[in-house]
Amino acid sequence: MNAPTYNFAYLDEQTKRMIRRAILKAIAIPGYQVPFASREMPMPYGWGTGGVQVTAAILGPDDVLKVIDQGSDDTTNAISIRKFFGKTAGVATTTSTMDATVIQTRHRIPEASLHAGQVLVYQVPIPEPLRFLEPRETETRRMHALAEYGLMHVKLYEDIARFGHIATAYAYPVKVNARYVMDPSPTPKFDNPKMDNCAALQLFGAGREKRIYAIPPYTTVVSLDFEDHPFTRYRFNAPCALCGADNSYLDEIVTDDRGGRMFVCSDTDFCEQRQAAGHHGTESAAPHKEKAHV
Amino acid sequence: MSELANFDDDQPLLVAEGLGKNYGRLAACRDVSFALYPGEVLAIVGESGSGKSTLLQLLSAQLAPRAGRVSYRMRDGVLRDLAELGEAERRFLFRTDWGFVHQDPAQGLRMGVSAGANVGERLMAVGWNHYGRIRDTASTWLDRVEIDIGRIDDAPKTYSGGMRQRLQIARNLVTEPRLVFMDEPTGGLDVSVQARLLDLMRNLVGELGLAAIVVTHDLAVARLLSHRVMVMKGGRVIETGLTDQVLDDPREPYTQLLVSSILPP
Repeated sequence: MNAPTYNFAYLDEQTKRMIRRAILKAIAIPGYQVPFASREMPMPYGWGTGGVQVTAAILGPDDVLKVIDQGSDDTTNAISIRKFFGKTAGVATTTSTMDATVIQTRHRIPEASLHAGQVLVYQVPIPEPLRFLEPRETETRRMHALAEYGLMHVKLYEDIARFGHIATAYAYPVKVNARYVMDPSPTPKFDNPKMDNCAALQLFGAGREKRIYAIPPYTTVVSLDFEDHPFTRYRFNAPCALCGADNSYLDEIVTDDRGGRMFVCSDTDFCEQRQAAGHHGTESAAPHKEKAHV
Repeated sequence: MSELANFDDDQPLLVAEGLGKNYGRLAACRDVSFALYPGEVLAIVGESGSGKSTLLQLLSAQLAPRAGRVSYRMRDGVLRDLAELGEAERRFLFRTDWGFVHQDPAQGLRMGVSAGANVGERLMAVGWNHYGRIRDTASTWLDRVEIDIGRIDDAPKTYSGGMRQRLQIARNLVTEPRLVFMDEPTGGLDVSVQARLLDLMRNLVGELGLAAIVVTHDLAVARLLSHRVMVMKGGRVIETGLTDQVLDDPREPYTQLLVSSILPP
């Protein structure tokens, strides 16, 4: 009885109302960064305070929540945020991409294609794609307002001049609805094509920077590139060691200090579903063999 | 260049009428009027605090005048009041049809990105989307301003002062502007580097048929580059005329003082 009672989903109703207004504006202007009065959350900046506030504002009692961190459902960040909403909102949680209605994510977009009615909430550290080229916020806002995006190509030019190809591998800039250039949060560029014409609503929350932006369902999202250096996806040239998938984004896991490594799906739900359906990689049978030797 | 060929050279490119600007009670610039014609180089000379730089900022629409107006003949041949342009149009003008060479190259360049990207930025800003072509054009321009092509991927922070200034000029001229503003372009450079830079600028201005407004306190720069000179004192233009005429036979006592304070060679 001494336990503190929280309002539904932690934030008070006035705050949620303010965030929802920002979200509605963000949806109305795809890719535009809407300022909002970000609150202190019971977690440090960098742990997803922006994403958590967006999730808290849109969550209803009937929602089913999934939280992923680098594609995984079982890392500290994912578990603590999932528990947080389990406790403060009492909503059902899941690890299944298909069953979830709200998915909060850090650094990945799930492999399974999202369906209409789902909301994908991104945790964003730095919402401004022009930040490292033009440090003045007053100037970058003006550049967005006037659609002056030559500077974004300067960054890609520098990549090619230095490395021979566009070496930006994550937070790869995109143009939303042929208007605003947007930072897709630090997702790998492998995920960029998934944002284009996506059936689900995509919301981006940056807590420290106090910005919310959005991609409404079925909106065109184009990755910036040069005619002679087109955008390419990148993935390790290997199948997943656990489920054998050859089309998923892989994590490289170092297994010993003699150069041993394995590649596994970064999306744990996708990998488990495939294994349950009977797909096997090179590693999934291995533990039994090792046991037999010992 | 074909659109420039049928452009009427008899019509002024830039017209200033009764320009004035105050900083509080200080009148930095009072009742300045002149017309600049295509291909003409105008030097504005005077000592520190005479209102040269303020005038340059008024002319390039970076400051709003208290009185008077500045008009510019756009590429379609229509003379338009700069104050009536939208911000988008003004900024577009600034990075296509105009150039602005700052005294301190750090203000006009992106010091952290490579020289090639510095030159290519304006091209990308007007929609160039082919890396190979951007790089070729950047190389050509580095060559024209006598920067070694081997330095194209180095950042200007690794360049010497003279190279930075030449890079800044290349960055401004790459979109083939018709009018270039220069604020003390040779300030802070040693004499031999100055001479080389002036030589380069004179050739480029001649080759491209640029109009230029050069603010300087160095009468040698004015003599070498400009066709016409305006002498400023206390925010007013006190004397104006052909460069040789003003510098060889100054009428105003102040101009005589300026000219006589140069050491004889």
